[in-house]
This record gives sequence, C-alpha cells and structure tokens, in this order.
Amino acid sequence: MTGVGTQDSGDQPLLAASAISKRYGSLLANDAIDLVIRPGEIHALLGENGAGKSTLVKILYGLIAPDSGQIMWRGAPLVLSGPAEARHHGIAMVFQHFSLFDTLSVVENVALALPPEPLAALSERVYRVSRDYGLDLEPGREVWRLSVGERQRIEIVRCLMQNPKLLILDEPTSVLSPTETSGLFRTLEAIRGEGRSVLYISHKLEEVRVLCRSATVLRHGRKVASCDPSRESAASLARMMVGEDIHDVQVKPHRGDGAERLGVRQLNRASPDPHGTSLADVSFSVRAGEIVGIAGVAGNGQDELFSALSGEVSSLPEAVCIDGQAVGAKGIVARREYGAAFIPEERLGHGAAPGFTLSENVLVSQHGKQGFVRRGVLDRSALRDCLAAIRQRFDVRAGEADPPARALSGGNLQKFIVGRDIMGAPRLVIVAQPTWGVDAGAAAFLRQSLVDLAEQGAAVLVISQDLDELFELSDRIAVLSRGRLSPALPRGQQTRESIGLMMGEAMREVAHAPHA
Amino acid sequence: MMIFEAILLTIITAATPLLLAAIGEVVVERSGVLNLGVEGMMIMGAASGFAVAILTGSSLLGVMAGLFAGMAMSLLFAALVLGLAANQVASGLALTIFGLGLSGLVGFPFVGAKREAMAHLYLPYLSDLPFFGRVIFGQDPLVYIAFALVVAVALIISRTRAGLILRAVGENHHSAHALGHNVRQVRLLAILFGGACAGLAGAYLSLVYTPFWTPGMTAGRGWIALAIVVFASWRAGRAVIGAYIFGGVSILQLHAQGFGLGVPAQALAALPYLTTIIVLFALSRLPRGSSRAPACLGQPFLPAR
Ligand SMILES: Nc1ncnc2c1ncn2[C@@H]1O[C@H](COP(=O)(O)OP(=O)(O)O)[C@@H](O)[C@H]1O
Ligand SMILES: [Mg+2]
Repeated sequence: MTGVGTQDSGDQPLLAASAISKRYGSLLANDAIDLVIRPGEIHALLGENGAGKSTLVKILYGLIAPDSGQIMWRGAPLVLSGPAEARHHGIAMVFQHFSLFDTLSVVENVALALPPEPLAALSERVYRVSRDYGLDLEPGREVWRLSVGERQRIEIVRCLMQNPKLLILDEPTSVLSPTETSGLFRTLEAIRGEGRSVLYISHKLEEVRVLCRSATVLRHGRKVASCDPSRESAASLARMMVGEDIHDVQVKPHRGDGAERLGVRQLNRASPDPHGTSLADVSFSVRAGEIVGIAGVAGNGQDELFSALSGEVSSLPEAVCIDGQAVGAKGIVARREYGAAFIPEERLGHGAAPGFTLSENVLVSQHGKQGFVRRGVLDRSALRDCLAAIRQRFDVRAGEADPPARALSGGNLQKFIVGRDIMGAPRLVIVAQPTWGVDAGAAAFLRQSLVDLAEQGAAVLVISQDLDELFELSDRIAVLSRGRLSPALPRGQQTRESIGLMMGEAMREVAHAPHA
Repeated sequence: MMIFEAILLTIITAATPLLLAAIGEVVVERSGVLNLGVEGMMIMGAASGFAVAILTGSSLLGVMAGLFAGMAMSLLFAALVLGLAANQVASGLALTIFGLGLSGLVGFPFVGAKREAMAHLYLPYLSDLPFFGRVIFGQDPLVYIAFALVVAVALIISRTRAGLILRAVGENHHSAHALGHNVRQVRLLAILFGGACAGLAGAYLSLVYTPFWTPGMTAGRGWIALAIVVFASWRAGRAVIGAYIFGGVSILQLHAQGFGLGVPAQALAALPYLTTIIVLFALSRLPRGSSRAPACLGQPFLPAR
C-alpha cells in the first residue's frame, strides 16, 4: 500500500499502546497487549469472542482504566481520565452494544456527541452526511422506532461527524446490509485517504482482507500475531485467532420431506408504528428436517415477522400453525408447549435479561421444563447443572460460574442463548441473526448445531441478513422485502445474485421513497 | 363575586408550594434521580425560612434562607446517591425523616412567633383588569416566580442543549458517560435545583400560606409534589395543571364541607389521587416514548473504570 503517511510525522505512530493489562476478577481480559497504529491506516483487531478486543478499545477510549501499561498518542504519553478526554484528543468510537438514547431523535443523539450547534442546521448536516456515505437516516425519528441496522448507522454517522483522528469501530458491519457495508468501506477509505486512522474490529475476515493492510490478533487476552491481512487467507487468519483449524459446516443435502411443522398462511399485520413495515400476505411452511432461510435487509419486516411467529403479538388463529394446530392467537408460552423455541435478534433485553444471572435466564425461558421448579420452589442446583451443561457443550466463556448476562461478550452470550434453547430439544426453532457478531469459530459451531438439529428431525427457520450463512445452511430460501415474502425456492435454484437483487431492489425503493 | 375571589385566592396559595416543589422534582427526575426527600427538604425550608425572617425581620432573607436550607439538604442527598451510589429510595426516605426531625429542632424557639404574611405585588395595569384581575395579578412574588420557573424549565428542557444533556443523562447514563458527558455533575446540579425549589416551597408555607411555624406543617405536601411529577408525566407545563388540581381540590373540599354538600369530605379529598391513577393508566396506554419515566430513574450510576 503506497501513499500512506504523507505527513512529516509519517514514521511516528499515531498511537502506540504497550503492555496493556486489565483483570476482571480471576479473568485476565487483557494480558500485556501491544498495539501500534500508524497515521492513515486501517488497522484490524482480530480475535475470537471474549479475546479481549472490546476491553482493549474501551481502554483506548478512556472508558475503563488499564491495570497497567501505557499509551503513547502522537509521541507523547496519554493518560485518559475518561471518554471526554479521549474525544478531546480526537479518538472516536462506535460501540459494539449501542450507546444511543431511545426516546431522543436521531439528530438529538448526534448533537449530544458534538459541540453545540443549532438542531435545524445539524439535521440538515446529518441528512447530508448519512446520504453521502450511503447510510440513510431520517434525522427527526426517535431511536426506539428504528431497527438494529438503522441504530448502527446512527452510531457510525455520529462518529464520522466528529472528524476524529482515530476512529474505533467495534464490529460495525455485523448488522449492516451488503450495500451499507460497501458504503461504509468507501467512507473508511476516504477517511484513510485524509491521513486519519481507523481501528477496525470485525469477525468477517473477508472484509478485513479487503480493507486492512495491518492487523493485530488477540487470543485469550494475549497478542498472538500481527500481520498484513491482504497477504493471508481467511483460513490462515482464522487459524491465528483460534489456534487451530475451523471445520466447515457439514451439511447433508436434501432434507425436509417430513411433515409440515410450521405453517404460515396469509399472515397480515399492520405495524403499530407508522414508520414500521407491515406484513402483507406472508405464507410459507417449514417441514420437519429442513432449514428454511429468510433473507432480507433489516427493516423489511423481520422484527414484525419474528414477533408474529413467536407469539409476542397475536394474529388470526389460522395464520400461524404449529404441527397443524392453529396457534396464531396463542402466546409464547403456549407455543413453546408445542415444542417451539424462539431465538430473537437482540440478545441483551430480548434474548436475555441483562441483570439476571445465566441460570436465572435459563429459568426464564425453560420454566416448567426439566423440573426447575418443584412445588413452586426454585431448584437452584438443577438450574446450575443445566447451565454447566450448556456452558460446556456450547463453550460459553466467562469469568465466573454464573455471571449476569450483561457481563458476557456478545458471541458468548449468543452461544448461551442458542445453547439454552437447543438443549431443550425443540421440534421447531425460529432464530433471527443466529451468528450476528459471533467469531468465525463460534459461528461455524452455531450453524452446525442448527444443521444437526434439523438432521434430528426438527424444523428450523433462520431469518438472517447474511447471505453466505443462508446459502450454507438453508434447504430453501425466501426473501422478505417491504413486508412481502417471495416463494421459498430450493437453494439450488437460486444464486447470491438473484437473491441479492431481490433484496437490493427493495432497498433502493426504500431509499428513494419520499420521507414522511 | 367576593366568595369566588376568596376561593381563587386560596387555591392559588395552596397550589403554589406544590408547584414549586414539583417543578424542582421534575428536573431531578429527568436527570434520572428519584429524590423521595422532598418533604424533608421542604420542611427544612419552612423552618429555616421562618426562623431567619423572624430574626432579621426580612421576608426576602427568610425566603433565601429557605432556599439554601433546601439546597443544603439536597447536597446531603447528593453525597449519598452520587458520591456513594447509595440506594436512592432509601436515601430519600432517610432525608425526609431527617428533615422532619431537624426542622423541629431548628424551629423550636419560634413556635408561637407571629409575623405578617408576605406583601402582595400588584402588577401594574394587569391587576386593574375586571373580574379576577386583582386576584390573579395581585399575588405575592413567589407565585410569579413559580410560573416563571415553569416556563424556564419547560423551555430549557425541550429547547436547549443543557436540557438535551439532562434528558440524555436520565435516559441512558452509560451512553451519556461514553459520549463524554459528566453524569454525576449533571445530576448534582439537578438535585441542587430540586432542593432549592423544595426549600422555596417550604418558605412559602411558613411565610405566606400560614405565616407561623408549627412542626410537621408541610403535612404531606412533599409527597403530593412527587405524585404531581408522575401525574405531569415529567413535563414542566403539565405540573401546573397537576398542582392546581391538587391544590384546588384540597381547598374545594374544605368549602364543600362548609356548604354542607351531601358528598363525604373524604371522597372529595381522595379526588386528586383518583385523578393520578386515571392519568397514569391513560399514560400507560400511550405508545412508548415521551410520556414515560426516564429510563434510568432511580438507578445508581458508577462508571466502570
Ligand atoms: N465488566 C466486566 N466484568 C467481568 N468480566 C468482563 C467484563 N467485561 C468483559 N469481561 C470479560 O472479559 C473477556 C473479554 O471480553 P471482551 O473484551 O468483551 O471480548 P471481545 O470483545 O474480544 O469479544 C470476556 O471473557 C468477558 O466475559
Ligand atoms: Mg467485543
């Protein structure tokens, strides 16, 4: 890569962290990590879930103080008292878990991160910047009405508007569509061209290979390698992260001649939110032993579909059938009794109660099963045993035996949630974004779990934005766009292009729709 | 005419302390802090205000003393909930109990002392308006101050950057902290403002409403102010409606007893609370968003370092 570091300070690193350590109880989250970022480079920070990436960048952003180690910023020692000081020096960060204010509007959320400026002028700027970067936003909308993908866009736009010298992105593309991702990449290239630097955390190794010319790899809190990702293969990068080879998901072709497990007939649901997407005449079925994938860009009715299937909102009784029984008007517990399991997209708050311990979170979704409650009294030891089994089988890593859900890193929490529901041996699984923000090794493991489940005769429905994932897993794939579902065709009859086109078409229409 | 003027006048005097205390608590709760010590701060304002007014003979100094007494109490609360991240409910209750006790001590030498109520301020021209002009625009200065505070707080919360930061801190203190805002400093200022308002409300009671001191004279008004904040769904403007409903009903119920209406006084006295329940129910039916309690209300904040 030429043209990097055109300034006189070209040889001096922008940021050089040395021997950074941070301990949480018995867990050494960061163990003497060194990291050097040069001006005008996009530097990748790689590692499995729980490797300590988020901890390290939070230290660089001043959110948490390291136990030891030092940071040099443009040649001078930097001791951060808090995020305000980091931002003052020109360090901005997009968080893995959102840091937005739900009841405030998009522009208010942006304003809180910038120096004072009249909101009207700022709205204009937010609109323009987001448009320029292909990250469309409506400045006036309140955050709680927005999808996960849209929220992520706010975070990114908010950082870009701060004109940072170093932009830290903690897994920014996990929830972005392919178009949004390529828009972001163009933005990051532009930022790099201006001599700024980016510290980029992602599990999508192909992305990293395209975007980054330098990388630092962490494993279990230690720095294990630094390399030029463009000279590595995705497999060799993954090997550095995990320390061993990642196995491909073993999929046996052609399953799904079993009986219909999930039948959806003309499911209609007007979205209560005027900006939401209403479901229109959605019909499909999932048979025992098959995996059906639903592709689509976030905000095209995925949340509405999931909540209608899980029973969080009810529909006409016949619109949703499990094993031929009309359950459309029944709630989530009743549907679970038919052997269904539901794994939502949002982990903290929806999939798990953040302040509850893991064993309590097991109880919340599995109560009534497996004798966790006896004569109205909780059997804590049975819960702990179950948790230990989940943690062992699904390799959930955390500092303590039974930590609160919020203390887990994103991927470990996802492994826990998926594990919790799969351990109950469900006959029907409906899962949204099963591997969102999960490292390659864990993602392969989670996908294999879903495949195995289908092989054992369960029906599996996967709602995902990740086309690679859907092509790897699904027997049939349908596309959800603007609340309408295309017919679910066998994987062999479709290509990434044909599906991408259907998804993209929908998105372009959305982007050009007049803003209300 | 005379009787209506008299009733209106007493309603205004009954509503003003409620409004003052409520407007302060609106700001406190918007920052994510639940201060249940309003009653304690209020009664300290009443005792100190009356004591200083008797000693100096100045109503103005009395009012200032009430204000600072409320602030001092709230500083104590802030030290507990911000400095030590103590439980806000327990700290607030303790503050009320402490205030009720301490005010008895402060006010003890002044039991039985008497002074004139604060002079009224007749706004030129406006107080000459026909009908209620003289009542509405011929009030003591604190009534005008209360309304000025409502307008100022409403505008600051909805229109200014300071108000935006206040709302942000109450909505999600972790995010506000991550964006570099000083959560505890914002909350400290909000708590002090709440204390000043409660102290002012107390001084109003002992200097205007009943110009003498008796222990326990706030008689639960601090709690009503807390109910008004919920009734107002954390909006400054709606606090006026709440304060006047609560104040009005408490007065009308007295007059109703005087007229010998067939309705039991207790039923009338319960009206404001019934209204609160109905309003809360109606609010809970609204979609998420503006009418809900601040999401971080009552949660202690300790930045993870
Ligand atoms: N506040 C905390 N308390 C206890 N353990 C924590 C805390 N934050 C992170 N951890 C632990 O530190 C390890 C590293 O976490 P993290 O930096 O989030 O990993 P990554 O971002 O690489 O997935 C994980 O095992 C996680 O459980
Ligand atoms: Mg992380």
